[in-house]
Amino acid sequence: MQYLLLIYHSEAEFGKTTEADKAALYQEYGQLREELSGKGQFVGGSQLASTTMATTVRVRDGKRVVTDGPFAETKEQLGGYFLVNANDLDEAIAIAARIPSARNGTIEVRPIAVRGKAVEA
Amino acid sequence: MDFEKLHREESGRILATLIRLLGDFDLAEEMLQEAYAVALQKWPSEGTPANPRAWLISTARHKAIDRLRRDQRFERKAEEIAKTAEIAARPESDREEEMLGDDRLRLIFTCCHPSLPMEARVALTLRTVCGITTEEISRAFLVPVATMAQRLVRAKGKIRDAGIPYRIPSSEELRDRLDGVLLVVYLIFNEGYLGNSGDALIRRELCAEAMRLGRVLCGLLPRQPEAQALLGLMLLQDSRRDARVSAEGELVLLEEQDRSLWHQEQIQEGTQIVESALRGGAVGMYAVQASIAALHANAKTAKETDWPQIASLYDVLLRGHPSPVVEVNRAAAVAMAGSVEEGLALLDEIEKREELKEFHLLPAAQADLLRRLGRLPEAAEAYRRSLRLATNDIERRFLRRRLAEIEMANGAGT
Repeated sequence: MQYLLLIYHSEAEFGKTTEADKAALYQEYGQLREELSGKGQFVGGSQLASTTMATTVRVRDGKRVVTDGPFAETKEQLGGYFLVNANDLDEAIAIAARIPSARNGTIEVRPIAVRGKAVEA
Repeated sequence: MDFEKLHREESGRILATLIRLLGDFDLAEEMLQEAYAVALQKWPSEGTPANPRAWLISTARHKAIDRLRRDQRFERKAEEIAKTAEIAARPESDREEEMLGDDRLRLIFTCCHPSLPMEARVALTLRTVCGITTEEISRAFLVPVATMAQRLVRAKGKIRDAGIPYRIPSSEELRDRLDGVLLVVYLIFNEGYLGNSGDALIRRELCAEAMRLGRVLCGLLPRQPEAQALLGLMLLQDSRRDARVSAEGELVLLEEQDRSLWHQEQIQEGTQIVESALRGGAVGMYAVQASIAALHANAKTAKETDWPQIASLYDVLLRGHPSPVVEVNRAAAVAMAGSVEEGLALLDEIEKREELKEFHLLPAAQADLLRRLGRLPEAAEAYRRSLRLATNDIERRFLRRRLAEIEMANGAGT
């Protein structure tokens, strides 16, 4: 199965991180990514630019409404994602627990929906 | 062959194996029902097979393969099951027992997976592992049947679609996951022991099932002291079942219970299990509560109870699990240990913090201590406050009786 691991963290806190700490963090991310790739579990993933770069788009009554900022104001913001292959939820949870930002942020584990999954048994 | 008995005692175990073989909760349940139907038809004339359990598993498996083969989309799945099930269904006694035990454990861990909402874990465990009907579960938790059925369907859907595995957790994960399972068992027991449902039979059944689950866990996972502590706690609490409620259905306080109604064998067993858990290093919430329960259960009278020890165990509990409810219990133990005024002062402190505004046992505990101090008008007022908050019928009756007694004594005094 494929799982999307959504990485939420506090942008305010992240902003205070020193360059040296950031470098260590990115290195840790790189290692995890490499290890997952080696096992054929890494499908995709990336860090996202901060929410100040975000734009929200809605189409209502055929009219395009474009506004600044993210969809919702929350304490933690979506800062990146991993898309992984895992045999089951426990395996996906184990990967999520190894994402460096899990230590101070939150990882949401979402299975990729498969159409007709219910019938496939 | 007692068919009812087989159904009641074995269904949970057979279902656990079928779920593993078929990888699908609903299909397993349905095929087991079909296998039972065939058994009802065949066994009376052809005789009961030597190993009814293996027969039912194998029949249900064949039914599943037939069903899946009829549908082209599932052909591959059917062949998979046919292959793996050959090995699994061999009726070799020791190996088979072991496999069935593991299947049960897998099912328990799946039903108690932390990604399921707590109420779904409780319901699914009762339905799937214990074989309690959806109607009974909904009555026990005072929820409409349709709501409970929906809750079960959603939980099974999440197990399937989110990929919750049917597996005993790895040794690194086991501790954390077992804590989650123990909590579900503890909640089931408490619902039966303290719950608000008026249906005494159902609540009795919840306690029995929780203890049965506790035994299964201790049997299948040896050297897990916290699981032992929980089993000991449940056995000790439950040993007082016949003394807690009077023939008139009224609640009897611990100190007023007829201790000859306590089940001594169960107390002995519970105490031994708790001692073994403590020796094994159990230090958690269940171990401390079980130690308190053991002190109560082994005291000849309320007076002879080691109240100072109980009060200090509540201190330990508070350090690990701060909770105003535990503070209320601790204050009551302090009062029993000799200082009623000190106990009352502690309760008044808790009341000022207002965290327990809705908790009827706080004013009830205050009322009890005020009564002991002879401050009857204040005691009556506290009982009235408690009555406004209590929802359990048995407790309300108890509170009303106490209030009436005090009003009478107070009236006679003035």
